[in-house]
Amino acid sequence: MFLSLLLVLLIGAVAWAGSAAGFAPLFGVALPYLAAAVFIVGTVWRMVYWAKSPVPFRIPTTGGQEQSLDFIRQAKIDCPDTQMGVFARMFLEVFLFRSLFRNTQADVRTSLTANNGPGTVYYSSKWLWCFALLFHYCFLLVFLRHFRFFVEPAPLWVTWLETLDGVMQIGAPRFFMTGGILLVALLFLLARRVFNGRLRCISLVNDYFPLWLLLGIVCTGICLRYFDKTEIAMVKVFIMGVTHFSPVSAEGIAPLFFVHVTLVSALLLYFPFSKLTHMAGVFFSPTRNTANDSRRARHINPWNPPKQYFTYAEYEDAYRDAMAEVGLPLEKEPDKAAE
Amino acid sequence: MYNAKAVITGIIVFAVLCTAPFWAGMTGKDYKNTGIVLPADEKNCIEKAEFMRAEHMRLLNEWRDEALREENRAYVASDGKKWNISLQNTCLKCHSNHKEFCDRCHTANSVYPYCWTCHILPGESK
Repeated sequence: MFLSLLLVLLIGAVAWAGSAAGFAPLFGVALPYLAAAVFIVGTVWRMVYWAKSPVPFRIPTTGGQEQSLDFIRQAKIDCPDTQMGVFARMFLEVFLFRSLFRNTQADVRTSLTANNGPGTVYYSSKWLWCFALLFHYCFLLVFLRHFRFFVEPAPLWVTWLETLDGVMQIGAPRFFMTGGILLVALLFLLARRVFNGRLRCISLVNDYFPLWLLLGIVCTGICLRYFDKTEIAMVKVFIMGVTHFSPVSAEGIAPLFFVHVTLVSALLLYFPFSKLTHMAGVFFSPTRNTANDSRRARHINPWNPPKQYFTYAEYEDAYRDAMAEVGLPLEKEPDKAAE
Repeated sequence: MYNAKAVITGIIVFAVLCTAPFWAGMTGKDYKNTGIVLPADEKNCIEKAEFMRAEHMRLLNEWRDEALREENRAYVASDGKKWNISLQNTCLKCHSNHKEFCDRCHTANSVYPYCWTCHILPGESK
């Protein structure tokens, strides 16, 4: 945990020192180009790699009754047997995180009224689902809001989004709720790993690092907007230069902006090679995207070698004389076969 | 490659969405400078230009609180000079061209402050 925190702080510090020392184009222009290229090529490479892997059998995680006799009700979404059912399942998974919604937690209680003594209870736990959903949607909205820096004139839908996001009209610049919720959700996801003993036990650097990185991005972003501001008109000129492939001078933009950009670039560089590829991976999960029809349709393993068949007719042709000699029944008698 | 049709569609959608910051910018105009027009007869704002560029919204917010909630209309700038806290009488005295000063940056960056829900826009009929 502290290792990954240190790593994120180190990236931030390098970006800060570098841009303050006059290497701002390196962190503001070269690094984002590299990061965007690595992100796109890397993720496409991952997708092609997954698409090349054969999935010979149906292996969906079943969460309910499979398709059976007519009078047994099938769990159509948790155990789909048609493409439509798979589509519904994937849709709910991708947009509403249904598998997290079904999350349960087990707890050992010292006294249960049900069995007059200690026992295990299982109960629905929706916190992870709630904060994961908040995090992902707020992150999407925050990303979309950034299009005011990418397009001139700022698109109308961004303005609508901002009006909605800042509808509370707190402060100037207006407080955007998505930014605040994003921070809270990330802190929850981090606290979950730190304070839940079982979870801490299985958490590794590659679990903490993306969380700290995202926290770094969100904190520098919030800081740039509300606390240690830099002039956004110049930032827009700079960003438009980058996206039009004709970079302009970065002079006059605060180093904190480049820390923000560098952390985002680090996220993009890290993305295709980490657990964050679940963005693309969720669509390639055979446990989610296969229909449970293994009893109805025949699925042939594509890497099976061609079979060496030896049919009975060939067998009889090979051993006919020997079989006739010991008096075994034959489909064709030796004298007939010779004809 | 298995399910090539679906996978290639997915890859194309992914690539198009992820390069949006680049091609979306190409759909509009380029943005090389703010095109802001500074007041002709006054060279110095109440604070340094760098501070005003980045922090004017915070200053205005504080001014609103000072003037309307604390009834304090005196502002001492960092260089010791005293100013009357008033958007219409202090700020707009020099920055009288709303369209060529405020709006130039605000519209480009989708900033729509709610100053003008109470204050009258300069140049409009009172």
